Amino acid sequence: MGNKFEIAEDKKQELLKEIKRYKKTPGPLMPILHEAQRIFGCIPVEVQKIVSLETGVSIAEINGVVTFYSSFTLSPKGEHIVGVCLGTPCYVRGSQTILDAVKSELGVNVDETTEDGFFTLEAIRCIGTCGMAPVMSIDENVYGEINVTKAQKLIREARSK
Amino acid sequence: MFERSHVLICSGSNCISRGSKSLRNEFEEHLSNLGIREEIKLVNTGCVGLCEQGPFVIVYPEGVFYAQVKNKDIKTICEEHLYKGRIVEKLVFDEALSDKKEVKAFDEIKFYSKQTRVALRNCGLINPDDIEEYIAKEGYHGLGKVLTTMTPQEVIDEMLKSGLRGRGGGGFPTGRKWDFALKNESDQKYVICNADEGDPGAFMDRALLEGDPHSILEGLMIAGYAIGADKGYIYVRIEYPTAIEKLKTAISQATNLGLLGKNIFDTGFNFDIELRLGAGAFVCGEETALIASIEGGRGMSRNKPPFPAAKGLWGKPTIINNVETLANIPAILHMGADWFARIGVEGNRGTKVFSLGGNIKNAGLVEVPLGTTLREVVYEIGGGIPGNRALKAVQTGGPSGGAIPEHLMDLPIEYETLVQAGSMMGSGGMVVIDENNCMVDICRFYLDFTCEESCGKCTPCREGTKKMLEMLEIISSGEGTLEDIDRLEELAKMVKNSSLCGLGQAAPNPILSMLEHFRPEFESHVVEKVCPGGVCKPLIKLVVTDTCIGCTKCATNCPVDCIEGSLKEMHKIDTSKCIKCGVCKNICPVEAIVSV
Ligand SMILES: Cc1cc2nc3c(=O)[nH]c(=O)nc-3n(C[C@H](O)[C@H](O)[C@H](O)COP(=O)(O)O)c2cc1C
Ligand code: FES
Repeated sequence: MGNKFEIAEDKKQELLKEIKRYKKTPGPLMPILHEAQRIFGCIPVEVQKIVSLETGVSIAEINGVVTFYSSFTLSPKGEHIVGVCLGTPCYVRGSQTILDAVKSELGVNVDETTEDGFFTLEAIRCIGTCGMAPVMSIDENVYGEINVTKAQKLIREARSK
Repeated sequence: MFERSHVLICSGSNCISRGSKSLRNEFEEHLSNLGIREEIKLVNTGCVGLCEQGPFVIVYPEGVFYAQVKNKDIKTICEEHLYKGRIVEKLVFDEALSDKKEVKAFDEIKFYSKQTRVALRNCGLINPDDIEEYIAKEGYHGLGKVLTTMTPQEVIDEMLKSGLRGRGGGGFPTGRKWDFALKNESDQKYVICNADEGDPGAFMDRALLEGDPHSILEGLMIAGYAIGADKGYIYVRIEYPTAIEKLKTAISQATNLGLLGKNIFDTGFNFDIELRLGAGAFVCGEETALIASIEGGRGMSRNKPPFPAAKGLWGKPTIINNVETLANIPAILHMGADWFARIGVEGNRGTKVFSLGGNIKNAGLVEVPLGTTLREVVYEIGGGIPGNRALKAVQTGGPSGGAIPEHLMDLPIEYETLVQAGSMMGSGGMVVIDENNCMVDICRFYLDFTCEESCGKCTPCREGTKKMLEMLEIISSGEGTLEDIDRLEELAKMVKNSSLCGLGQAAPNPILSMLEHFRPEFESHVVEKVCPGGVCKPLIKLVVTDTCIGCTKCATNCPVDCIEGSLKEMHKIDTSKCIKCGVCKNICPVEAIVSV
């Protein structure tokens, strides 16, 4: 594992508040972890420790849950998320080729972040815009009828902004 | 004041991505400039369905259907249509104009005329953020009737009579499931809405949650009353932030009006709804895994029986219903089981919503009576395949389903017929596959998905999906043998029979169904080393043929600069640098580039 994750005090307080809020509801672990992911942008061991201490659930169990679900991450994501849709309708219209090209453009694999921390690449599943497949997204912006050349252009534009 | 026109602006995800968000501001501005802002009501609705042609603006009372509307068109619509009463014909959706240039009503458009909208009855017609609009469409009337005039058993009898079956994929009769839960006595019971929509090519549930969230709440409450539960959960994917927002708004509005909470309609019935967020695990759509996830753990399935209706959430009787199932319920109780049972065919009553996508002209959301044929959906509603290519198959059931070949297109869409054809109803993904797709590659795609999503608890699924994926990779790279295909089939059957839950049991289905219908395509990968669809990269090469007119388009657009040639001269692809992305092939105006 890399560097130790620094926990800012104000964020810690926010998490403690959320834990207190959910502790009494039945099955509190998932909602608490969602809050933790939102507050810190990831759930590294340091954050898991706080959750464990406050809820009495063992770290082993918490770590098991965190690593089971793909929306919980152990390290923070990049500033911008590039998503290429790998829903079936996009796939049959050629989105794998686009994903491959974006991978080499960014020099990372799926779920990895560029060295400068600028982009994280994700393979997303159908986002309901199959009407303009194949589709990619940069943060909340969705772009349809993508080809490799267009995808490269979009990423270069986003980088230079 | 009286609003003489209602302007509906589609704000489904597709139309938003195509720019519908800013349309409302344009309307605000131009209507104010014309001094008629107060006479016009602007409504942001959920998905209208015909996503390929968005963004849409629909103007009532005339029901004029404007398609592919851009910001600059709004001024014209305001000045001409809303101010002077002259319909802007050039912006009206082509098929909504008759030969005599008369404007046809919404439901006379070919895309809609074959559809029957029960679950989607309000989608695209009301503002999902306004409970009053839902109530004006007879929303919460079903709940009122149930609570004030019916016993739980009567509700269940009505559901049984309607013939509604679960729309989450399995097709289990909803009334029967409720009946089990009602008869299981307990101090506490639960109802759960499964909004985890896991099929990676489907967005029906999302459209319902975003376009008509109150119908889901109402369905869940009726389910709660029927089985004797006072607590409901909606387990919704975190990937659907808009749906989550709409549900939160809907819950708080219903609570404020006393439609949720204590003593609803003064009948002594109490009901609360809590949202729970999924966290990106496909297996959590399986009901026992979903329960484990709400309880706070890894979402792993367990053996059934006991079924959740006997022992579910925290060991209490629980029923789990899919979003679309629940959306049907208020309509059934309000209009009556007999009305519902008149739609569809014997054993398959009502409608099914599909998200139609892939190689099809009118991709979008469609709802058809059960018993409609696949051909009607693909050709009459979907408008057929773009570019005159040939249809190869229709895939249903997502990663748990299979592909139905062209020669079976006249099959009626029913739970049993689709299973007999080697596929399944599934939750509603319908992907159109044409001659330029490769069946081996699509199998590989699905196995890649199920392999990644296997929860890892049972060995056949954990190891089997991995091994099947490896075998498909070998076949698609041209390295396989005929024996590999036989071994793949054998392994697929074994995993199907020995896995613990539905994920593993169904993961081999794409392979088995495609081998049944498209075996020669697999064989050609290993014998002739040819990919008939021209997809599997190790087996194809892009070349320029002599129809090339030397327009240079391919060379300028090639992302890796591997095409050479001067203006008006035949071009050449350097195959050692080519990444086979196909940009050149698609952009060539004379189809001179082919994959061989
Ligand atoms: C691997 C797997 C994934 C599933 N995913 C979903 C899903 O995303 N949505 C859903 O409603 N049902 C899903 N189901 C089916 C549910 O287990 C359950 O049968 C369904 O929610 C019951 O509701 P219904 O009777 O209203 O269809 C899935 C089943 C399996 C085995
Ligand atoms: S599959 Fe990509 S948006 Fe639906």
